[in-house]
Amino acid sequence: MTKGGHALSDKEAAKAYWKTNVRIILWSLVIWALVSFGFGILLRPMLSGIAVGGTDLGFWFAQQGSILVFLALIFFYAWRMNKLDAEHGVGEE
Amino acid sequence: MDQFTINLLFVGASFALYIGIAVWARAGSTSEFYAAGRGVHPVTNGMATAADWMSAASFISMAGLIAFTGYDNSSFLMGWTGGYVLLALLLAPYLRKFGKFTVSEFIGDRFYSPTARLVAVICLIVASLTYVIGQMTGVGVAFGRFLEVSNTAGLLIGACVVFAYAVFGGMKGVTYTQVAQYVVLITAYTIPAIFISLQLTGNPIPALGLFGEHAASGEPLLAKLDQIVRELGFNEYTAHHGDTLNMVLFTLSLMIGTAGLPHVIMRFFTVPKVADARWSAGWALVFIALLYLTAPAVGAMARLNISELMWPNGTDAQAVSVEQIDTDPKYDWMATWQTTGLLGWEDKNGDGRIQYYNDANADMQAKAAEQGWEGNELTNFNRDILVLANPEIANLPGWVIGLVAAGGIAAALSTAAGLLLAISSAVSHDLIKGRFNPGISEKGELMSARVAMAAAIVVASYLGLNPPGFAAQTVALAFGIAAASLFPVLMMGIFTKVNNKGAVAGMLAGLIVTLIYIFLHKGWFFIPDTNSFTDADPLLGTIKSTSFGAVGAMINFAVAFTVSKMTAPIPQEIEDLVESVRVPKGAAAAAADH
Repeated sequence: MTKGGHALSDKEAAKAYWKTNVRIILWSLVIWALVSFGFGILLRPMLSGIAVGGTDLGFWFAQQGSILVFLALIFFYAWRMNKLDAEHGVGEE
Repeated sequence: MDQFTINLLFVGASFALYIGIAVWARAGSTSEFYAAGRGVHPVTNGMATAADWMSAASFISMAGLIAFTGYDNSSFLMGWTGGYVLLALLLAPYLRKFGKFTVSEFIGDRFYSPTARLVAVICLIVASLTYVIGQMTGVGVAFGRFLEVSNTAGLLIGACVVFAYAVFGGMKGVTYTQVAQYVVLITAYTIPAIFISLQLTGNPIPALGLFGEHAASGEPLLAKLDQIVRELGFNEYTAHHGDTLNMVLFTLSLMIGTAGLPHVIMRFFTVPKVADARWSAGWALVFIALLYLTAPAVGAMARLNISELMWPNGTDAQAVSVEQIDTDPKYDWMATWQTTGLLGWEDKNGDGRIQYYNDANADMQAKAAEQGWEGNELTNFNRDILVLANPEIANLPGWVIGLVAAGGIAAALSTAAGLLLAISSAVSHDLIKGRFNPGISEKGELMSARVAMAAAIVVASYLGLNPPGFAAQTVALAFGIAAASLFPVLMMGIFTKVNNKGAVAGMLAGLIVTLIYIFLHKGWFFIPDTNSFTDADPLLGTIKSTSFGAVGAMINFAVAFTVSKMTAPIPQEIEDLVESVRVPKGAAAAAADH
């Protein structure tokens, strides 16, 4: 990556980069809410038919599943954003 | 060797370890000491963050609250981990790019307003002080048990130790001490859980044992637990009983609060690169998850063990006799905990047995009338003792009990000391030096920091004696305050172009409304018996004071946007600042503005 570059293209690159970033964040937050507030609480009655170790899937999501998904989300985001930084030439040199 | 000596040995050895590491690290390199966290690998930083973050609430209190309520308290598990997603996605990388050391500095610069910085400092102090009250509650339980004194004496002794530890100070900055604290804490939490999981389910991994089979009956563990508590007239463990709206708001408050707590956010300011800030949040959650995946197993298994101890021959047979409690070594823990005043039983009907059941349940009242019971006789079981008593309840070897005492003290101590340092530096650096007396000498600043710290611990200890709730509940209130005041402005500072007036109005509205709501339910300034409402019958519908932080955050956002729309837009240089914070390119090392 070359340092500096054209000022205008830098600005445009930053704009496109930010737009993609916000989209990735929004999708990640949809999953974040779905596993916790969704499967763990509000949609639990819907999942009550799926048995997991003496109880149902919603209970598992509320006590363990959501935590595992949170972990996956953060690592996915870090990996995806580091790739995006490089694609748009806005990463740290 | 008796248990008291073993406990003393374990707690003493863990202290020697922390101090030893602090001395060794300090002698190794002075520059490393000042650049805390710089050049530290994200994995190491994640471990230190986990130790800093997991306090008496996570270690001592949380599993007990889950054990006695069941599914409804899953909010603690989702809330205190889900916040890291918000932190990693919405705040950490951008605050790292900004490159200052504290949250109030970011708010002051981004909103180009010393008033905004001042309000942020006040929010920080209020949230941290509330947090310390919760820690002191936990400290009282841990010290009371391990020194075998009353809860009050334990709290006062603990307060002195915390104060000394915080004044010794510098050691807090050493990442490797925190790594050691994490190792002690996680070992102390998981070892008894593994033993108990093996006893009950044969599975060495407690998180899997929870959803496994109860070895003695061959039924799934949770089904067995549901059955026992149902037979005693309690709510089924896995079922949803509470109000759904309140549960959603409570979970959300804890999540937003996690991402708004200054002492957690600060850790991400000093990582070497923006990319590292993203990874660090993930690694912190890995180490936190080790405890959080184990906690629900600890809660469920302890509840099962307690129920079976109280009804050793099954719920249809006779309850445990007073004589057995007094003589059988399996029940020794009851006498030990009775000393702290946090566990109590009373043979109300004089039948020589202790009946443990839910005396508010109509079916059980009928059964009680028939059997000649006169109410639940396990009259007091403080939720905060469960984790510390757990190895004794399960009849585990003495060294495990000593280990857990050391772990509980490590958890309470590290977080309480960190919060006291945050409060004292906010008062001396941000308030006195930054605002009221810029010419103060270095010595005067240090002195005022010590005075602030002493004042904070006196207030927190006083309120910790009559706490507004169990440790984790008090801490939850602190999260509500952070959620309502700090998180929204941090997020708006990065993702929107809200101006200075909007930010100040938003923070004030969120903080004041939330504080008033909490004080109305928990007493003004947490002084007992000055409340007008209770969480059993809250002011607004079903929203308890612990859940109000999420509502406060929405008020904060709404007020900030409205005021910002009606006043002058942000100047060009702030617009540029926002643009630059959004891209990692050009990140310099964090620099303090003094």
